[in-house]
Amino acid sequence: MEIEYLLRIFISSVFVNNVILSRFLGLCSFIAISKEIKPAVAMSFAVLFVITMSSLITWGIFRFLLAPFHIEYLRTISFILVIATFVQLVEMVIRKFAPALYRFFGIYLPLITVNCAVLGVAVLNSEMFFQNGKPISGSFVYSLFQGICVGLGYLVAMVLMSSIRHRLELADVPKAFQGPAIGFIIAAILSMAFLGFSGFRI
Amino acid sequence: MEIIISILSLSLLGITFGVTLAFFARIFHVKVDERLEKIHSLLPGANCGACGAAGCFGFAEKIVSGETLIDNCRVASDDTKEAIAKILGRSLKKTDKLVARLHCCGGKNAKDKFVYHGINDCSIAHLVLGGFKQCPVGCLGLGSCLKVCPFGALSMSSDNLPVVDIIKCKACNKCVETCPRKLFSLKPLAKTVWVACCLHYSGKDTRAVCQTGCIACKLCQKSCPTAAINIIDNLAVIDYTKCTSCGACVKICPSKCILQTKQNNSKSQENIQ
Repeated sequence: MEIEYLLRIFISSVFVNNVILSRFLGLCSFIAISKEIKPAVAMSFAVLFVITMSSLITWGIFRFLLAPFHIEYLRTISFILVIATFVQLVEMVIRKFAPALYRFFGIYLPLITVNCAVLGVAVLNSEMFFQNGKPISGSFVYSLFQGICVGLGYLVAMVLMSSIRHRLELADVPKAFQGPAIGFIIAAILSMAFLGFSGFRI
Repeated sequence: MEIIISILSLSLLGITFGVTLAFFARIFHVKVDERLEKIHSLLPGANCGACGAAGCFGFAEKIVSGETLIDNCRVASDDTKEAIAKILGRSLKKTDKLVARLHCCGGKNAKDKFVYHGINDCSIAHLVLGGFKQCPVGCLGLGSCLKVCPFGALSMSSDNLPVVDIIKCKACNKCVETCPRKLFSLKPLAKTVWVACCLHYSGKDTRAVCQTGCIACKLCQKSCPTAAINIIDNLAVIDYTKCTSCGACVKICPSKCILQTKQNNSKSQENIQ
């Protein structure tokens, strides 16, 4: 485990391979919940939490169940199972102990269940930090850290997008482009801007 | 062999997660009042906030706990309210129905101060040199109220003034809060007369900026059989506790700035002056 490698993971998943703007995962929530800054940030923190926890759990599943029995091809289905269960569990706990928070998250929490960014990170972890079914040294910390960083990347993209769309509210957008149409155009321009990072050698 | 392993491990995962979820569902079980869901499904679901609660679910919670009256929902029909009262086993206390009234009839008759080419929003236009109308309180006609109305009750007339559809209007207070010039107010629906001007200039000064402003001529005050309308500070003011909606002031007003609607007929609202 090296600090340098952790820094590489950070730069890579926040900027160079940003989960939304470079990998194009989790676009549904990116377009739907980026109209205002506050819900966008709330959604991002919910995603950050779920991605971090699910990369932790899926590492365990892959390490102790899938890899030893050589059934890596069941990766997708078992990861989805883990994520769905985990989100349900979190929802229950929040509903019991923090009803205000539950009302605040509202529809976002169940939405995360089917957010492909979460599954994407879990799959990526199992590809990057395992070699021939054997974990590389420090793979657990790397997985956890990558989960956090991808969540941060999601936060960066959401804040950028929602701030731009917030300003667009007052702009004179042509009628044909109003609503999600201009949102997609902005997403494309942002994504092209993030392509500028792809020249980085890390 | 391989297929057995995969089936076993996957079903093991499934069973483990299923049992865990069922177990935690019991531990973290939250008791939900059955009536709450029923009432929430009956409420309009517009989440307009006119009742003062945070959305329809908050309102449902409040009426179940008895913090507020069922009739505080301005949107739900009387039948719905009866149904909710039945669920709760309470009797329904009724209050007066309100409707939004626009206190301006200037529109194209009010003179412009300068030509405005800015962002198409009233509150922003209002900030630029106090608005582009010579009248400091007149309607700017950019339609910010139309955008916020959750019920589609407002439309622009040919005079460039918002017109309230009294059937669609649920008195949610959104337009009252949004208008930067505070031109809307909620008035009882049963009283069909209202003064469509809020400029406190003297007669001469009013005429200089608007052809249809109140010039404080006191004709309405003299014509009113119940002394419900008075000129206060150069503007006609109706006392709704005395007004009988007879329409005498509407007929006599030389500026045509006292308006009247026929009850339950939204279309005839515009020019019955």
